[in-house]
Amino acid sequence: MELLLDSIFNGIAIGSVLLVAALGLAIVFGLMGVINLAHGELMMLGAYTTYVTQLIFKLPILKPFYNWYVIISIFLAFIVSGVVGIILEKTIIRKLYGSPLETLLATWGVSLILQQFVRSVPLSYGSGLIISLLIGMVLPLFFPTKIKESIKFKYYKLASWSFATLIGILSAELISSLISKLGRASSRNVDVTAPAWMRGQIEILGNTFPKTRLMIIIITLISVIAIICFLNQSAWGIRIRAVTQNRQMCDCLGISTEKVDVITFGIGSGLAGVAGVAVSLLGSVGPNVGGNYIVGCFMVVVLGGVGNLLGTIFASFGIGIMTDLIGAGRLLNIWPNMPLSLSNTINFFATTSMARVMIFALIVIFLQFKPSGLFPQKGRMVES
Amino acid sequence: MSKLIEIKSLNIFYGESHILRDIDLSVKAGEMVCVIGRNGVGKTTLLKSLIGLLKTKSGEINFLGENINRQMPHQRARKGIAYVPQGREIIPYLTVEENLMLGMESLPGGLSKNKKIDDFIYELFPILKEFLSRKGGDLSGGQQQQLSIARALLGEPKLLLLDEPTEGIQPNIILDIESAVTKIILEKGIGVLLVEQHLHFVRQADRYYAMQRGGIVASGDSSELSKEVISKFLSV
Repeated sequence: MELLLDSIFNGIAIGSVLLVAALGLAIVFGLMGVINLAHGELMMLGAYTTYVTQLIFKLPILKPFYNWYVIISIFLAFIVSGVVGIILEKTIIRKLYGSPLETLLATWGVSLILQQFVRSVPLSYGSGLIISLLIGMVLPLFFPTKIKESIKFKYYKLASWSFATLIGILSAELISSLISKLGRASSRNVDVTAPAWMRGQIEILGNTFPKTRLMIIIITLISVIAIICFLNQSAWGIRIRAVTQNRQMCDCLGISTEKVDVITFGIGSGLAGVAGVAVSLLGSVGPNVGGNYIVGCFMVVVLGGVGNLLGTIFASFGIGIMTDLIGAGRLLNIWPNMPLSLSNTINFFATTSMARVMIFALIVIFLQFKPSGLFPQKGRMVES
Repeated sequence: MSKLIEIKSLNIFYGESHILRDIDLSVKAGEMVCVIGRNGVGKTTLLKSLIGLLKTKSGEINFLGENINRQMPHQRARKGIAYVPQGREIIPYLTVEENLMLGMESLPGGLSKNKKIDDFIYELFPILKEFLSRKGGDLSGGQQQQLSIARALLGEPKLLLLDEPTEGIQPNIILDIESAVTKIILEKGIGVLLVEQHLHFVRQADRYYAMQRGGIVASGDSSELSKEVISKFLSV
């Protein structure tokens, strides 16, 4: 029983990483139906944002607040990945709705571009670019309605983008001069060091838990609760759920579907950034860090039932627990009198990578019997 | 009565196919106008072009004196045109209450500022109050039609476009829908452009336009609808 409990604890920890990584995809792929292969790279941007934030908080002026850089980086990562996601939606995805194959190829291309971008461009310039994009997009929203409705609005927008570019360049130069590490391009992996209060272990019900894992569980919990409240309680949540089900009718009801698409994609991408923070706490950060999670994320969303957030939650923890049971060989400890042939097979899969193979195989078999996943959509509309 | 909508020489194409040919039509405030015609003559296409789902090839659509040819459906909805499509098109996984709230998106401030559902909706369709927490997709066809009309009315439209609201609906609910539509015209003074095959409902309209092969071939007061016109243009 104790072993099983131990496995459940570890499974929840593994599942939390999967869940936080898959949550954004559950919105972008599950609700919007967009196959975004750049989702992993949006996570990678979130991880690099954590690294940049950490270095900025090491500056003498911010040193007293160093312990809180992870909390700040969660918000920053959401904004950075969200901004990149919005640009991606406005420039590429919008033209490809209803063309899944083209979307898949285009977003794969974007993922390669983003990987090369962090290798070839100094992170200070990347930061400057994000700052200018953010200012350029947000500033026109604060213009008075009188200006927004005037014919000269495009000139005001041009002026705001020029201002944003200037601020971006100045920020990049400032970051380069203050933190030399960020002023050079490098393809080498970098490390994020957890602040002192997140290091070490904590004991829960007789089990020791790394504090970083616990932090990831908390980040995941907060993200899940926030996104469920947003989708179910807010006006934008109702609009998003409505547009994903019947775009044309929503347009006829007065909803600007283009605005809803941008916001939905931005939120999904922002959540990928939050996942990047979690991933950066587990290991080193490099251009390929997101690629390791993308297949797992798609598996979670498909297994849970596309378009069903509850399914995504169950699927993440299910896969997490199975990974621990198989990968750590715990099944053999829980059931010591297992037949020899079965124990040999389980022993063969008792490594992390082989456990993944086994789990993906099990998911494929499961989907043969339940192609709509754990929680398929129900109702008269589906039946008809 | 002032003209709410006025259509002049409207032409609509599906690719190379010429669907609507030189349509001239108008609807005044507080008036119900019915479009009749056999299946495939372009009645639904006409309503879709008025709400903005189809692009106008040539001609003019003027709403409250303003040309709205180039406006998107959501912009037309915010101007005061509500659309109840054939097949209801309610949002299946949203609750009845959420579906109704969506109707208020076209009001100033949209859904963010308008969340209280007006009681007159429940007076028109009492059944909706009982099913507020039920998923829209789980309602029967008749209930969905009532929900679809109620949703359109919550946007306080000036013009209501109704596409075959009685299609596939059981007779007692048809009467409910008929009386609801006539009641809102009287009480709210909105204009209604109705596409319908159900003769009893057609006779409730003030005027009619008869369509054939994408064009309007006859029009007049509904009280003048003769047996010949009915047998020629209605699938009854």
